[in-house]
Amino acid sequence: MLSDEVVRHLKEVADLPDLAGTRYRILRRLGQGGMGSVYLAEDTELRREVALKALSIPDSSGDLASRLLVEARLLARLEHPNIVPIHDVGTLPDGRVYYVMTYVRGRRLDAWRHEAPARPVYLRLFQKVCDAVDFANARGIVHRDLKPENVMVGPFGEALVMDWGVAKVQDAAEERGVLVGTPAYMAPEQASGLTTLIDQRTDVYALGAILYYLLSGRPPYDAAAHAGALQQVVQGPPRPLRQIDPAIPRPLAAICARAMARLARDRYTTARELSEDIDRFLDRLPVYAHRETPLERSARFLDRNRVLVYLVGAYLLMRVIVVLVTAR
Amino acid sequence: MRQVGPRRFPSDVAPTDAWYIDDVAFDDTDIGGGSARFPTTRVSAVLGAQSAEPEVRARSFGALVAAYWKPVYKHVRIRWKKSNEDAKDLTQAFFMRAMEKDFFDAYDKEKGRFRTFLRTCLDRFLSNEDKAEKRLKRGGGGAFLTLDFEGAEAEIESTPPRGDPEQSFDREWVRSLFGLAIEALRADCAARGKEVHFRLFERYDLDDSGGGRPTYAALASEFGLKTTDVTNHLAFARREFRRVLLQTLWELTAGDEEFRREARLLLGAEPEQPA
Repeated sequence: MLSDEVVRHLKEVADLPDLAGTRYRILRRLGQGGMGSVYLAEDTELRREVALKALSIPDSSGDLASRLLVEARLLARLEHPNIVPIHDVGTLPDGRVYYVMTYVRGRRLDAWRHEAPARPVYLRLFQKVCDAVDFANARGIVHRDLKPENVMVGPFGEALVMDWGVAKVQDAAEERGVLVGTPAYMAPEQASGLTTLIDQRTDVYALGAILYYLLSGRPPYDAAAHAGALQQVVQGPPRPLRQIDPAIPRPLAAICARAMARLARDRYTTARELSEDIDRFLDRLPVYAHRETPLERSARFLDRNRVLVYLVGAYLLMRVIVVLVTAR
Repeated sequence: MRQVGPRRFPSDVAPTDAWYIDDVAFDDTDIGGGSARFPTTRVSAVLGAQSAEPEVRARSFGALVAAYWKPVYKHVRIRWKKSNEDAKDLTQAFFMRAMEKDFFDAYDKEKGRFRTFLRTCLDRFLSNEDKAEKRLKRGGGGAFLTLDFEGAEAEIESTPPRGDPEQSFDREWVRSLFGLAIEALRADCAARGKEVHFRLFERYDLDDSGGGRPTYAALASEFGLKTTDVTNHLAFARREFRRVLLQTLWELTAGDEEFRREARLLLGAEPEQPA
C-alpha cells in the first residue's frame, strides 16, 4: 500500500517539470496557481536563481498551453519597473509550456501588511501597484486577478505585480460567461460573469479592494462566509471601512468606496486617477472622492499649515502678553 | 499503432479479467519533439459504462471497479461501521447491483464529479440495504468479483483512514489511482526493456521504509550505473509516470472538464473544491 507520504511525494513527482535539455535546474517548488506551479530554478548558464512557471494540469486541447504563451507574451510587452520581467519561454519534453521570470526575493503584500507598516508607507507602495496597472491598462491589457497575493514587495520596498495568467487583451474575442479571478476582489460585473463589461475599471475596482485590505487588514468579502464571496459581491457592497475601524480617515474611506463603486461608471476611470487622489490625500489636499464639511476643511487646513499656524499663534500670544503687560 | 486486448490487473488493485486499452508509448526519440497536447485516445470508462455495447460496457465496468473497489470497501468499513465480512458482501453487492441496475447510466457529467456521484450511489445503496436488511437475503451467494479484501483490511489496520468520510473516500481514491498508475508503469517499463528505470523509480520515489531517500550516487553504486544514468533513468520513469497517471485519470473521468478538475487535485495545482 502507498503511504500518505509516498502519495504526497508522487503528486510532486508527477508535477515536476522535466528540464532535461534546458539550461534550468529545479531547486524547489515556490507555489501553485490555477494553471500551473512556480518553481525556484537555477539558470545554469548565468548562474542565477530564476522563477520558472510550468503548466501543471494536462492540456488535451492545447488551449492551456496557448494561455500560458499568451501570458508570457503579455509579460514580454509589459516592461515596467513594477511588473515582474520575463526572460525565456519554452516547451518541456512532455509538451508542457513553461516560462522563466525574475525570481523576486520578497514577501507577498498580504504578509508584508501584517508587519503593520505606517500608513504613508503602504499608501506609497499601493501607488506603485496603481502605476503598473495603469501602464498595462494603457496598453489594452486588463489583469483581472489583482489581489494582495499577486503583489510582491521586494527588499528595497519595490512593488511587483505578478500572475498575469488570466489577463485579457481588451477587444480580444473571449467566451462569454467564463468566470476568472478571485471572488473577494472581483468587481460585480466580473462576479456576474458579464465578461463583455470587463475593462480597465474592473482593475480599478480590484485596486480599491486591495486598498480596502491595506486599510482594514482584511479582504472586502469573507471567502469563508456561508454565502460565499462570489454571491456577496453580487449582492451588495462590503462593510464600510469606518465601521471596521473609525480611525480610518474619511477621505481615504471615500477613495476606496469610489474605486469599489458598484457601477463601473461611478469609479475612477483609470488607475492613475485613483493614484492621484491618494497623492492628494498624502499631500493633505482635498480629494475628489470626498466632499469636505467646513470643520474637516478647517482641520485639514490647520494640519497642512501647521508651521504657519504655530507662528501666528505664537505671534497672537505674544501680542496678548504685551497688551496685558502694558495695561498693568 | 494501438493495442486493444485483455490485460489482467495486478491482484491487489483490480478484479480479474479487466480489459485495458493502451496507446503506443512515447519512445525516447519523442523527447523534445513530443506533442504539446495530452493524448486522449484512451476510452473513458465512465462514458463506456453508459455504452449500449455490452463489451464496451463490461470492459469499462472492470476499469471502474479496479479504481474504486478499495475506496468503496474502506468507506463501508469506516463510514458505515460494518464488519469486514459484511463490508466484503456489501462491496460485492454494490458493484453487482450497479451493473445489473445500470446505476452509472444516471451519471450526468454536468452535475459534478463521477467520484462524488459514485459515493452518493454507494451511500444510498447502503442506506437501502440497512433499511430492508436485504443483505441477509443475499447471503450465501458466490463472490461476484475476485478482490483482495484481506489486503485492504490489512491497510485499514496499518493506516486507519482519517478525516471525514468524504475526504477519506477521496484520499483512498487518489491512493488507488496512483496504485494503478504505478502498476501500469511497471508493465510499460517491462514491455520496453526498461526494468532498471522502474526499479530506480521504485527505490527512489516509492520506498518509504525509513532512513530517507538514497542519494543518486548511492543508487549509481547499487545499480552499477553512472550517476548521470541514474538522473536520466529517473527523469524518464517520472515522465512516464506522469503520462500513465494522466491516462489512467482520463479513463476514469467523463470529459475534459472533469479530467482537468481532477488533475488539479491530483497534481496539487489547487485546493480541492466541493463537487
